[in-house]
Amino acid sequence: MIDQQRIIKVGMAELDVIEKEGLIRTTGLGSCVGVTLYDPHVKVGALAHVMLPSSEIAREGALNIAKYADTAVPAIYQKVISLGASPKRLVAKMAGGSQMFSFAGKGDALRIGPRNVESCKARLNELGVPIIGEDTGGNYGRTIEMDCETGILFIRSVQMGKKEL
Amino acid sequence: MDLFKDYAEFKMDILKEIGNIGAGNAATALSCLLDKPIDMAVPKVQMLPFEAIAERVGGAEKIVLAIFFRVEGDAPGNLFFILSPEAAKKLLRRFAYLTVDDEEEFTEMEWSALSEIGNILAGSYLSSLADFTRLSLSPTVPALAIDMAGAILSYGLLQFGEMGDDALLIDTTFIEGQQEVEGQFFLIPDPESFDQIFTALGVPKNHD
Repeated sequence: MIDQQRIIKVGMAELDVIEKEGLIRTTGLGSCVGVTLYDPHVKVGALAHVMLPSSEIAREGALNIAKYADTAVPAIYQKVISLGASPKRLVAKMAGGSQMFSFAGKGDALRIGPRNVESCKARLNELGVPIIGEDTGGNYGRTIEMDCETGILFIRSVQMGKKEL
Repeated sequence: MDLFKDYAEFKMDILKEIGNIGAGNAATALSCLLDKPIDMAVPKVQMLPFEAIAERVGGAEKIVLAIFFRVEGDAPGNLFFILSPEAAKKLLRRFAYLTVDDEEEFTEMEWSALSEIGNILAGSYLSSLADFTRLSLSPTVPALAIDMAGAILSYGLLQFGEMGDDALLIDTTFIEGQQEVEGQFFLIPDPESFDQIFTALGVPKNHD
């Protein structure tokens, strides 16, 4: 790997874009989902670290669109399009959405990981972006980074080691 | 948070005292178990951005062992007891006289002993708070995980996620001198629970 490669870090409930080269990364995904969009032709991509499935439950003053699947996915879509990505070439990958702790017989709140995944998929479908790679579910955390040169999504976890999508 | 509009400093002091009492009792319990004095840092109470919470244990990717309890009752919330995997092995060696090997894996026996230690500590943490506030508080059965701190702690922040990008947590570190058994308690009350806690302790309501 090249020294001093540019790395864009995306925190929890944040989103960002990347152009031309470098890596875009988010760490410690548990029930949160990391969604990436990428256009291989113009080498433009985006990553959102989604925390909750729907902004309908938001009670915050100014809505943080990066936090909710239903607002974050359209937001990164608009951003990559505005940077010259084509809707026809865009592809999506996603990782995360695990259930870190399992309790028997508890309600929907504990299924937040799978619900995050479902919600992200629904938004991507609405936008007509194909999901070409997915590593979701399980009961472990993940760190992901996308290489803007190739669109490859690297996934690391404590239990399952390294993976590429 | 609106909750801290009035008497902010006073309320923070109260929460700090809550951390003190809870963790103090847990430290005493641990000290009895190990027959060793256990020191404890002054609790920190802060409204922190989500990102900064994982930093408190060394970063989002730092591998930690967490014993998680959902707190049920009058003031629900999330309680984590977090320690490094190495510290957990040391704790087991002293506590259960288990012949703990230094392998990274934990056996079923060790896992179960850790649950039990967690139960005792969380139980004494919460029961002292319940006595102090006269609120009913009880922990669920413990859930254990060894994973990235970010992935684990984010789970405790979901309720706050609906309200903003910060969460209030009460955290206390304790240390056992030479053996370096260092652990950290994180109490993250649900946003709605603060009203219950303050009312129970006779703090005047906000002026609207």
